Amino acid sequence: MARYDRAITVFSPDGHLFQVEYALEAVRKGNAAVGVRGTDVIVLGVEKKSTPKLQDSRSVRKIVSLDTHIALACAGLKADARVLINRARIECQSHRLTVEDPVTVEYITRYIAGLQQKYTQSGGVRPFGLSALIIGFDPYSGAPALYQTDPSGTFSAWKANATGRNSNSMREFLEKNYKETSGQETVKLAIRALLEVVESGGKNIEIAVMTKEQGLRQLEEAEIDAIVAEIEAEKAAAEAAKKAPSKDS
Amino acid sequence: MECVFGLVGDGFALVAADSSAVNSILVHKSNEDKIMILDSHKLLGASGEAGDRVQFTEYIQKNVHLYEFRNGIPLSTAAAANFTRGELAQALRKSPYSVNILLAGYDKDIGPSLYYIDYIATLHKVDKGAFGYGSFFSLSMMDRHYHSGMSLKEAVDLVDKCIVEIRTRLVVSPPNFVIKIVDKDGAREYAWRETIKDAEVPTA
Repeated sequence: MARYDRAITVFSPDGHLFQVEYALEAVRKGNAAVGVRGTDVIVLGVEKKSTPKLQDSRSVRKIVSLDTHIALACAGLKADARVLINRARIECQSHRLTVEDPVTVEYITRYIAGLQQKYTQSGGVRPFGLSALIIGFDPYSGAPALYQTDPSGTFSAWKANATGRNSNSMREFLEKNYKETSGQETVKLAIRALLEVVESGGKNIEIAVMTKEQGLRQLEEAEIDAIVAEIEAEKAAAEAAKKAPSKDS
Repeated sequence: MECVFGLVGDGFALVAADSSAVNSILVHKSNEDKIMILDSHKLLGASGEAGDRVQFTEYIQKNVHLYEFRNGIPLSTAAAANFTRGELAQALRKSPYSVNILLAGYDKDIGPSLYYIDYIATLHKVDKGAFGYGSFFSLSMMDRHYHSGMSLKEAVDLVDKCIVEIRTRLVVSPPNFVIKIVDKDGAREYAWRETIKDAEVPTA
């Protein structure tokens, strides 16, 4: 196996590209990220690992705008993310310049995934070690969209998805609890999914909401704390309701 | 016979441009908008070779937007002007753009400003500027009537005076003009000054 995992361009005898799989491992070590699509909003959430005391946390933005109607969050190697985000931002403007129209979410996802794929088929390079969650509204139909890409260069559309650390638990939670929501309910669902794997509190979560009219809005820590408190209260009420009937038996 | 001129007033900057698109003796249209809104607080009035004008100004606009996405804050007016001038300078001794530009902007800390950028990449920060044959008339009018800190009414009156001069004294003067303004509330269209309106297309 050692002989087939050095170069990206070499398949192993059983059909694996080990470098790509190792890149996926890097993603699994990255911070948790979740995306949920509602009927009129799309929500992105990322785990914020404790910031060092001396660091200016405002310079570490994990959810970024690619264009006025497109945003991205990712899990994995942040330096690789910077490069991809820069290329995607250029492509968004280049598309507007050449065809006088904003990109669709699918187009820019396809572009990013295409870049990621290119680096799995060239000599002397390694794949990008990140999975991206891309959200946005289609500029023509107004429909909300959520897409995910990974280091192999595959992409697909999702109603809700998670990536990074403990993404399996978050995805299980989403599969169990997903339903069509709008507005604040969608935000709550995203936060609840993140809270499954992240320490509770606004300090450890970063949330951004995309609406058609106002584009991307990052939630303040106080807002997140308030919603977390609501969620905990709902959880406590549910627990109490479960315990009450059994007491009367 | 394209005319572009502009001036800085009290807390705002105005740019006026003619709106004729002409090819030799044919007038393609009389409502061509030659003042591009670069971003929320910047205007770019351009005159010159038609293809170059559109291609170059759109290129500048998209790069200004890209900067804002990359850095989370918009370019300052001075930075945008220097960037524009830099692009013209780069292309000058390869494949020059024939575009003359008046870039007006509003920065929160500085207030309004106007930059004169000509086709050979001259850059001047000015209070008033003009390009084209019309500049002979508009610059003279502005020299006579301009003073710093003009109110919006005074400035629009001066612009109208310039337009009157251009209309009366320039042999093939453009019939219509567009005036755009940029101030603390942003960049927007202020008014049109039309003598020829395109005929209404009869509906089927």
